[in-house]
Amino acid sequence: MEKKQNKYPVNHIIGFALSITLTIVAAWTALSSDLPVMWIIIAIMALAVIQAGIQLFMFMHITERGATHAPWNMMFHAFVIAAIVVAGSLFTMSFGFTHDHGGGDHHDESGAESHEESHDDHEGH
Amino acid sequence: MSEQKTDDVALEYSTHQGQMNIVGFWIFLAAEISLFSTLFATYAVLFGRTAGAPEPAELFEAGTVLIMTFILLTSSFTCGLAIHNMREGSLKGLMIWLGITLLLGLGFLGFEIYEFVHYAHEGATIGSSAFWSGFFTLTGTHGVHVTLGVGWMIAILIQLKQRGLTAVTTRKVFIVGLYWHFLDVIWIFIFTSVYMIGMVV
Repeated sequence: MEKKQNKYPVNHIIGFALSITLTIVAAWTALSSDLPVMWIIIAIMALAVIQAGIQLFMFMHITERGATHAPWNMMFHAFVIAAIVVAGSLFTMSFGFTHDHGGGDHHDESGAESHEESHDDHEGH
Repeated sequence: MSEQKTDDVALEYSTHQGQMNIVGFWIFLAAEISLFSTLFATYAVLFGRTAGAPEPAELFEAGTVLIMTFILLTSSFTCGLAIHNMREGSLKGLMIWLGITLLLGLGFLGFEIYEFVHYAHEGATIGSSAFWSGFFTLTGTHGVHVTLGVGWMIAILIQLKQRGLTAVTTRKVFIVGLYWHFLDVIWIFIFTSVYMIGMVV
């Protein structure tokens, strides 16, 4: 949106400082904090989304008028699709399923209707 | 919305062709996000299935990964400075900052190659297990993109040297800049969801 840009690239410097800071915060959260694992994952994923936003808005000029509103629309929808693909794959492939091949843990905590369970039953007969 | 030429607008947007090329490149980037989302999904689903190969937490080194991340973040910044200089009309500044970006990109690739070789020595290759297949496909695809970006920038630097700042060359620089920032966005998610989560879980 900037019409006449500043002599000094203030936006870029702020964006750079922020992204370095966020990276350090994310690394500290993951490696040195005592938060529960689930909270660490949520926190650092949130930091990653903020950083992606910094890149898009401060470096890539996504809101710049020269190229209509299409970029902003497309990137937003691309991120929505990406989130659905990743979350959907995890949900269908991994939810309620443990990777521990050693134990008999494949049997559900999530209800007797699970696919694994019925499959085992068929083999049992 | 934007047929008329004004003095106000940056050179790369000054022609209809230039505008359409830039919008088209945003479409490409949106498609790239979908491509990477499938690789992230594959990696996430296969997470932990190392089948006797080394565990990620044993091999990932926070130091190396942080250095790679800082290199790529800095290169994204210098690439932004290159575009800034271009809009100031400074060909020299543009070429210097683009050159620095290029060198940082090569540095990143060097670290990534070192990392992959190191993992291979420790017994984790693309064929070792489902997890490592997912890992190398995801990070390798990003690495291939960076390699492509480096070659692309070299070609554009040569063209800038020959032709100077025109509506066509500025458009090309702007587009390679978008591509470079985009690779940084992808890397941020690799850094977070592959390396950081891999070291925590």
